[in-house]
Amino acid sequence: MIEVTNLKKVFGPIRAVDGVSFTVNQGDVLGFIGPNGAGKTTTMRMIACLTRPNEGTARINGHDILKDSLGVRKSIGYLPENTPLYGEMTTISFLGFVCEIRGLVGAEKVREIERVVQVCSLSEVLYQTIETLSKGYRKRVGLALTLIGDPPVLILDEPTDGLDPNQKRDVRRLINNMASYKAIIVSTHILEELDAICNRSIVIHRGRIVADGTPAEFREQGGGRIDDFFEAVTRGRE
Amino acid sequence: MMNTALVVMKRELRGYFTTPLAYVFLFVFLFFANFMTFRSPFFEARQADLRVFFDLLPVLFLFLVPAIGMKLWAEERKSGTIEVLFSLPVTVGRAVMGKFIAAWLFIAVALLLTFPMVITVNYLGSPDNWVIAAGYIGGLLLAGCYLAVSMFCSSITANPVVSFILSVVICSLFVFADYPSVLLVLESFLSAAMLEAVENLSFVLHFESLRRGVIEFRDMAFYVLFITGWVLATAVWINGRREAG
Repeated sequence: MIEVTNLKKVFGPIRAVDGVSFTVNQGDVLGFIGPNGAGKTTTMRMIACLTRPNEGTARINGHDILKDSLGVRKSIGYLPENTPLYGEMTTISFLGFVCEIRGLVGAEKVREIERVVQVCSLSEVLYQTIETLSKGYRKRVGLALTLIGDPPVLILDEPTDGLDPNQKRDVRRLINNMASYKAIIVSTHILEELDAICNRSIVIHRGRIVADGTPAEFREQGGGRIDDFFEAVTRGRE
Repeated sequence: MMNTALVVMKRELRGYFTTPLAYVFLFVFLFFANFMTFRSPFFEARQADLRVFFDLLPVLFLFLVPAIGMKLWAEERKSGTIEVLFSLPVTVGRAVMGKFIAAWLFIAVALLLTFPMVITVNYLGSPDNWVIAAGYIGGLLLAGCYLAVSMFCSSITANPVVSFILSVVICSLFVFADYPSVLLVLESFLSAAMLEAVENLSFVLHFESLRRGVIEFRDMAFYVLFITGWVLATAVWINGRREAG
């Protein structure tokens, strides 16, 4: 469902992403890990058509990011880093707005809002403005945003960042529940998250893929510890 | 399926009224519009028309419209919501249109709320209401020009204050382009043809005949081209920024 071929992005003298290729199929949850500034967010933004690659391309659900940005964006639910949301809107009006942009109106819109509100447990804060929500709720509203219209591909940039342990657990559970019928990319700093939600993961360092495998393989190569493995592949190359 | 431009427009419009911005704007606009109109020798002039009000509009808009326009894109960029907006299936063109029309409609509401003046002059005498109607159409087009410039300024910076100042400066160039004192300075180094070209860029010059109740093709063409140009420039700029980074 996601085929990324040789993506490159240059910001001035910096090669933010330098020839990244991978595929993600339906049922896969791909964990994107790497140090800060490794190129994770830039790669995800390119896939979500928020910035254009200097070279290479990607196909999402059959749509090319360079030729059919609208088709790509119809197939993707994207959660940006730090969950920027329209603070002055209430949860329900924000979700309604996303529904309408995705072409869901009337009864369909009502049904879809009910569904995502239930999945993300938002019923308590429906009529609260987003700026008054706690971090955990904001994140959940952000996740609800990605689920509207049930897009087959999810791209989540640090979905558990800033959440407390229980909230992290809830988000992971949510991702696990959807994993079987979607293709999902999740970026994270938290290595244990790989075990919890991903069946495959890629380590990015300085814009390149330095490791690609399952969390179990990583652990094996790190002598039983994923963080040892992570340090070896990202520090060893500095 | 509902047009995505309409969806964006609806969200924007609702946004105005959930923040104090709309109410502050309406209050300030209506206060100054009424105060300045009736303060000036309105009653002494003994003429039942709204000339004074329409004379005032170019200057009143100069500060108020950029205040509406400054947040259109700058705020989205500052808070990062632009990422959310464009990760959804909406084209840049439609998002720009939606935002522009929302802000324009809002200013139209502000203009409509000056209706008590129309009632007043009709009570005091028998004005030519067609002239007044033409004046309002001109006022709305004039506001569209300011707004188009402000929206463009808002798209090139993530800082609303910078955007406000830029728009006021650029708009004032177009407002004062036909002022005698400005023309006098320009006269010293511009040829007559160029001087006329500069004069013709003035918002006020094109507002002149509308205010007198004459709807002329060339004025309409100026407004339509001017607004379209700046709105297009905004779309092109935002698209370019998306591609770059």
